[in-house]
Amino acid sequence: MSPAIIYSIAGAALFAVGAYGLLVRQHLLHKVIASNFLGSGVFLVLIGLGRRSDGPSSDPVPQAMVLTGIVVTVALTALALALIKRYYSATGLTTMEPPEPEEGAR
Amino acid sequence: MSRPSRTLPALPGIVSLAVFVVIVRAVLSIPPTGQGLATQVSQAADSIGFKNRVTAVLLDFRGYDTLLEVAVLMLATVTVLSLREEPCVLRRPISRRATAVLATLNKGLVPLAVIAAVHLVWIGASQPGGAFQAGAVLGAASILLALSGFARPRWVGRGAMRATLAVGVLTFLAISLLAIYAGGDLLQYPDGARKTLILVIELLLTLSIGVSLAILFLSSASAEDGVDR
Repeated sequence: MSPAIIYSIAGAALFAVGAYGLLVRQHLLHKVIASNFLGSGVFLVLIGLGRRSDGPSSDPVPQAMVLTGIVVTVALTALALALIKRYYSATGLTTMEPPEPEEGAR
Repeated sequence: MSRPSRTLPALPGIVSLAVFVVIVRAVLSIPPTGQGLATQVSQAADSIGFKNRVTAVLLDFRGYDTLLEVAVLMLATVTVLSLREEPCVLRRPISRRATAVLATLNKGLVPLAVIAAVHLVWIGASQPGGAFQAGAVLGAASILLALSGFARPRWVGRGAMRATLAVGVLTFLAISLLAIYAGGDLLQYPDGARKTLILVIELLLTLSIGVSLAILFLSSASAEDGVDR
């Protein structure tokens, strides 16, 4: 089992943990953290598969995609936190209403 | 609050496990070794004179991704700015605990951070570095200043801040549109001016990304965090 595969499977596991947290956790901050887990899992899969190449260096395209993804994740996280903060100050709640438990802070 | 998903507690677990299995199967179905795009990128990057493959991919071969990415970052920043409850939070220090130690530390660290940022942009063509890394350093320096009690200087108005926020993505867009008039496609830089144009884009992007990151962090500060109203 090559390192590329080990990293990719670890990324899949991170993704699954994030998906589980996103579905189960009700607190909005937990959902944001779970979505970050999810994204990190995707990055790990991409970086792992980029190391698959037997050439002199690893594939730069997944690396560039992950760099792009990191910046988008930062933007997503900051936006979600700002929305949660505003939501909390408007309603005093840290979770969405019980009728829509699936709604995240995305 | 208890978990409303109590009725079917196993369902999220089953779904997550299924997702895990699907991804692992997909990963294992890919041939274990392969070149990917490494060879093509190496040849193309050498022909345009970029030793750093990732920079070449980011700003040239897949410039479209990067253009949209900085647009996303700017959009998020504008949204965060408009979600603020206190309009003038960046004009005043977050914390009033500006001690002599912090002031001395900042005198050393902040100029160093600016030099490091310029260095990171400059070496980005050949070594690890580039606009995003440099922007992160600049953003961190701004956050450091704000957290240790330094207010935004009065000569840096709101307009200047917003202009800096927008200049990176607007320049990027303008240059990629000008490429059409120069006879190419969108984002197809003319061969002679390629390196200069990319360097200009990267320098201005660094400023915009730095300001973006600082705003994203600092505009969530509020009265209970010690803002002087």
